[in-house]
Amino acid sequence: MHIGLQHYLAVSMLLFCLGLLGVILRRNLLVIYMSLELMLNAANLALVSFSRFNNKLDGQVLVFFIITVAAAEVAVGLALIVALYRKRQSAHVEDLTSMKL
Amino acid sequence: MKNEILPWLILFLPLFSAAAITLFTLRRKTVSSLISISAVVTGFVLTCLFLSANTFHPTVTETTVNWLTIGNLSIDFGLKLDALSLMMMLIVTGVGGAIHIYSYGYMHDDRSMARFFACMSLFTFSMLGIVLANNFVMMFIFWELVGVSSYLLIGFWFEKPSAGDAAKKAFITNRLGDFGFLLGILMVWSLLGSLNFGALNSIVTANSAALGCGATLAGLLIFCGAMGKSAQFPLHVWLPDAMEGPTPVSALIHAATMVAAGVYMLCRTFFLFEHSPEALHVIAYIGGFTALLAALMAIQQNDIKRIIAYSTLSQLGYMVMAVGLSGPTTAMFHLTTHAFFKALLFLSAGSVIIGMHHEQNIWQMGNLRKKMPLTFLTFFIGALALCGVPPFSGFYSKDAILALALEEKNYLLFGVALFVAALTTFYTFRLFFVVFFGQEKSKEASHAHESPLVITLPLVALAVLSVVGGFIGVTNFYGSQFGAKHASLTVMEQFTHPFHDVFPMACGIGAVVVGLFLAFKFYKNAATDPLPAKLGALARWMANRFYFDELYEATVIRFHDLLAQSSDWFDRWIIEGACIGLIRGGTDLSGRALRLVQTGNLQTYAFLFVFGVALLLYFVLVK
Repeated sequence: MHIGLQHYLAVSMLLFCLGLLGVILRRNLLVIYMSLELMLNAANLALVSFSRFNNKLDGQVLVFFIITVAAAEVAVGLALIVALYRKRQSAHVEDLTSMKL
Repeated sequence: MKNEILPWLILFLPLFSAAAITLFTLRRKTVSSLISISAVVTGFVLTCLFLSANTFHPTVTETTVNWLTIGNLSIDFGLKLDALSLMMMLIVTGVGGAIHIYSYGYMHDDRSMARFFACMSLFTFSMLGIVLANNFVMMFIFWELVGVSSYLLIGFWFEKPSAGDAAKKAFITNRLGDFGFLLGILMVWSLLGSLNFGALNSIVTANSAALGCGATLAGLLIFCGAMGKSAQFPLHVWLPDAMEGPTPVSALIHAATMVAAGVYMLCRTFFLFEHSPEALHVIAYIGGFTALLAALMAIQQNDIKRIIAYSTLSQLGYMVMAVGLSGPTTAMFHLTTHAFFKALLFLSAGSVIIGMHHEQNIWQMGNLRKKMPLTFLTFFIGALALCGVPPFSGFYSKDAILALALEEKNYLLFGVALFVAALTTFYTFRLFFVVFFGQEKSKEASHAHESPLVITLPLVALAVLSVVGGFIGVTNFYGSQFGAKHASLTVMEQFTHPFHDVFPMACGIGAVVVGLFLAFKFYKNAATDPLPAKLGALARWMANRFYFDELYEATVIRFHDLLAQSSDWFDRWIIEGACIGLIRGGTDLSGRALRLVQTGNLQTYAFLFVFGVALLLYFVLVK
């Protein structure tokens, strides 16, 4: 069986949906965070496959940018989660509703 | 050319003085009073200079500056200089000057003396403005300014609630009359198309039917203004209460000048009334009625200033009556002499009040002629002039009014005037005997002392004027304005003038004698008032001012309160409750509903966000 672009995209979409479900359904902030990363990587996979199948390097350049930004985001986000945990002794989203009026 | 600038200078000097005091010297009593006094005294000197430069027979001149042009209505800011306004200028600056100097002594211990003099200067400016105005609009503006300065001065001791109330009462009552005045001005303008006194005069003289059937109505509306300012029935209630102000204010504003403004205005616009006998009739009878009413009220008052205030009302009634009997010369004559002797009486009363340490009840005084000889003498002269004893000034002007009433064959008003003359003598000498004769009725009276020179000097000056005011040519002056029947009279001819017409003179003197006799009989050595026992209910009605204040309280003021309450209700429930409340409540409710969307749960937001993206994608890609 020949593996084409649509297969890669299907995998990317599955990964994205898994990540999305994780973000929406999981309660632990760290897990939500990992799910977010999953979604980013799903996007990366789609970009790389487009790049490969269209013989253009634009997609790969964009992926490098995404990886860089994701690294920075992880640094900031994890720091926030740690600070929050120290303050509240909890990393569960149900406990973080102080935005509600 | 030099002369043309003089009237402007005289008019604006007091304004500059008021501005200078308010802006720079409000904390310096002596400087402020000197500025104010010098402004009005300079005005007096300049008026005299102007008169002598014009050889005492000024031709009618006007100096105008165009102030405002709207369409074909053009309003000037102009000064009209004729016999009428020049004589009034002399009174305002002369009598006003004496009162200013007196105030320096009277107000010396007051904390706010500078403010007092600023208000006095403002008043002098406004009054001169009325006197010099050459058109209705300018007169109306200064008319209102006089009202404002009167308000400020009556309420000068505003920390006393009664003074504040009296100031409000005076202002509001005046505004009632002024409303009619404004309507009258508008009516004259719409009928004749001009507001300038000179132009109006020539229009009416050229065509006596120019006003048509509006003449009576316009005349009566304009008279409304005079009714307010000159405190004629039914708007007379404010004047006695205005005595809450300092005594120099009562003398200047509520005796000599401001209340005379109404009479002055009637004489200034007399050409409008000439063609409306009905309006003149109403004016004459209102004047006569006011004179009678006020004289009756004066009989049973016990406050020295209030008695004189009612007497002012009564004398104003005389003047208005004289205008109504088509005698503006006579009215202005009485106005002039009244300015002299009433200012004198008020200032003497002020001197008594100082001597008595601010006690105003006459039944606390007594035997003051020993303690205050000079005040006693000046008060005596003022009283004689007020009653019309020959040869004091009041005799000449009152006799002229009596003669006028006979000449017009109005016997009813002649009788009223005679009766009022007797009453005047009675209440004046009641006051005189109780205050200056008999026994001291309180400790203050035994410790009373004569006032300082700065107070007694103006008294002497005014006393001299009260003696000679009747025959120094006042009538000649006014006569030249209103077309006198006689040629100019010499001093000697004026002195003997009343003797040409013996009957009114004899009646007048008879009335004085009757009044004097009764006052002597009842009040010589009286320790308490014998009249209430004799007159019973009538005396109570007199003492309570015929319950006019209570009547107005029950009708006009009650009606106003009701109106205010219902507008308050409307504002509170309809405007604020229904209109504003509905909008506010709607916003509030929708805000509350929208608030429910904010759950604070991160994952709900994420879900909604994704849902939104999905919807967007659906619309963009599939549809």
